[in-house]
Amino acid sequence: MKKIRTQLMLCGGTGCHSSGSLAFREALEQEIVKRGLSEEVKIIETGCNGFCAVGPVMLVQPEGIFYQKLKPEDVPLLVEEHLLKGRPVKKLMYVEPASAQTIPKMNDIPFFSKQMFRVMRNKGVIDPEIIDEYIARDGYFGVAKALTEMTPEQIIHEVKVSGLRGRGGAGFPAGLKWEFASKSQSDIKYVLCNADEGDPGAFMDRSVLEADPHAVLEGMIIAARAINAHQGYIYCRTEYPLAIHRLTIAIRQAREYGLLGKNILGSGFDFDIEIYEGAGAFVCGEETALMRSIEGRRGMPRPRPPFPAQKGLWEKPTILNNVETLANIAQIITNGGEWYASVGTAGSKGTKVFALSGDVNNIGLVEVPMGTTLRTLIFDIGGGIPNKKKFKGVQLGGPSGGCVPEHLLDTPVDYEEIAKVGAIMGSGGVIVMDENTCMVDMARFFLDFIQDESCGKCTPCREGTRRFLEILKRICNGQGEPSDIDTLEEMAIVIKNASLCGLGQTAPNPVLSTLRYFKDEYYAHIIEKRCPAKRCVALLKFEVNPDMCTKCGACFRACPADAIIWKKKEIASIDKEKCIKCLTCFEKCKFDAIF
Amino acid sequence: MAKLTVQDLKKIKEDATKSIYLRGEKGNIRVIIHMGTCGIAAGAREVMTALMEEMAQNDYSHIRVMASGCMGLCSSEPNVTVEIEEQSPIVYQHVNANKMRQIFKRHVLMGEVQTDFALAKM
Ligand SMILES: Cc1cc2nc3c(=O)[nH]c(=O)nc-3n(C[C@H](O)[C@H](O)[C@H](O)COP(=O)(O)O)c2cc1C
Repeated sequence: MKKIRTQLMLCGGTGCHSSGSLAFREALEQEIVKRGLSEEVKIIETGCNGFCAVGPVMLVQPEGIFYQKLKPEDVPLLVEEHLLKGRPVKKLMYVEPASAQTIPKMNDIPFFSKQMFRVMRNKGVIDPEIIDEYIARDGYFGVAKALTEMTPEQIIHEVKVSGLRGRGGAGFPAGLKWEFASKSQSDIKYVLCNADEGDPGAFMDRSVLEADPHAVLEGMIIAARAINAHQGYIYCRTEYPLAIHRLTIAIRQAREYGLLGKNILGSGFDFDIEIYEGAGAFVCGEETALMRSIEGRRGMPRPRPPFPAQKGLWEKPTILNNVETLANIAQIITNGGEWYASVGTAGSKGTKVFALSGDVNNIGLVEVPMGTTLRTLIFDIGGGIPNKKKFKGVQLGGPSGGCVPEHLLDTPVDYEEIAKVGAIMGSGGVIVMDENTCMVDMARFFLDFIQDESCGKCTPCREGTRRFLEILKRICNGQGEPSDIDTLEEMAIVIKNASLCGLGQTAPNPVLSTLRYFKDEYYAHIIEKRCPAKRCVALLKFEVNPDMCTKCGACFRACPADAIIWKKKEIASIDKEKCIKCLTCFEKCKFDAIF
Repeated sequence: MAKLTVQDLKKIKEDATKSIYLRGEKGNIRVIIHMGTCGIAAGAREVMTALMEEMAQNDYSHIRVMASGCMGLCSSEPNVTVEIEEQSPIVYQHVNANKMRQIFKRHVLMGEVQTDFALAKM
């Protein structure tokens, strides 16, 4: 057998799968065989690389050349030039939008170079379906240390020193949670992993599971040892088939190696893990509802206390941690809590993974040290706003979170600092909005989601979110009244204070934060019956202002319904019979002439 | 599959590290075959094949083989560059399969520059 000289790290995350990496892979495999390179060149399918915006992506090692937007048609050129002749193919490389410069090496691309990889250290480096590759990257050495060299107290101490806080949203110190559960007396205890990931626009946990499933298993084994649990469950949403597939393989391999099951690594400690598929209700991500759901009951929250650390799953002491929280644990044990805490701010240690989406050039998955500013996140790593549009706001923490406007973009990523400006760190969803976003409509969108997902158990949430949504819909439809704003603000307090679980308690946040920074937009809708961002269809006339029309015809060419009447050198007009109010012409008109 | 001990875990790490070494940051020797059209026309493919055969003889995880483009010295192709950490790279010219084997055994493995075929120090 010959020695492999080149490895092609092809991204096999869900994002790249859906942009066509499977067809590309097939073509690539065939071409490699055809050119007789199959003994020298190997394709490795990795987990999500993070740069989903330019997928399918592939990294060629050892050179470190990064290719993007790959199509099966590119295969012959790529193989001929790069693999056979060693000449990297410029036209398949990344081009920096701002400078129009081609950047061949992955590590030189700003999207990657400003990041810091801890949770995602193995993404694109190992094949997630091969346990040995994980072990080669120090995998399961955290378990080895925790099980053979440390007492449960020492494990908990190390996690406390690290300052790691829960990445599922609330930011509760992980070490403290473990300590509570370890002190609860019971023969049976449970360790749960929350992989429900319900926030719209969030895909951090999915990618971690797809790229490095063993890291999560390892975190759970260590947690189990810390509190003396022998059974664990991963609660993963059914909508994540690839994550579940890779987890299933990982669990099987870990069992074969005796890293799960009886007497792990000869230490005498037993622990096993099962996957529980959740049916995709947002509220099932809430800890008490999640436990009910695993018990086979309807996923509804219950009041706390008692806290799960005392009475959780089947009334037994339980810890529930988020995927990303658990993916940090093995490194904390291997490298020490102090090492972990060397990065970050006073109250927020380590790194945080964010899912960048919305109106931003580099949609994808990024990991930055705590303390990085939102500006760096969105403009340096995210590459700024597409189509030369202006930034308007960024929604952090999904439907439970809030928006941050332009003048607060220098806020660092830190649990307390973000709370101060009226948003939350949340689980890491970052939705960037450009000037064409209507903030009232955005609040309506999230309330629509929340109202839909409210489980209905408690009245403030069930009825409150419904009334909230009605008012917002009225405002967007031009039927708002000046008193609506006071009503919203008053009701927000009641919903926040009286709801049973986090879903209701945070439901008013999108409204409160848009009222805080964009109140004038609410007034424009209510009093002037005008939508400044031109998004609320009911408030638009669908007419052309002849003074502003430059007769360019861009609207005419874009209209999907042939509703624009236009000839060369003539002012456009809209045929209201044909118009389907899709807003395409508003987007295309550079001169703001349609209103 | 037998259940692992910590010792076994270390052994697996050692073995598996070899299979992913190409993806690491460092390798302390690089052998670069210049495979432009000119190089291939002059026989660089055979040189690569010979090199890969040598590489397969043993565990040479500290050595990385790379194909790169034409250096601009088309008349002296096939060219091969050997880069050993902390030494200046040596370019060989008119390499064929046999010369490649010699360069690999003497220079890459034993550190003796084969001045007979060397074009230049870079
Ligand atoms: C409505 C609602 C939905 C939630 N959804 C999730 C989720 O999808 N994933 C998650 O990790 N945590 C979610 N949480 C937070 C969990 O209740 C819990 O705090 C978290 O899983 C604890 O893990 P951590 O301390 O590691 O963050 C949700 C909370 C609420 C109130």
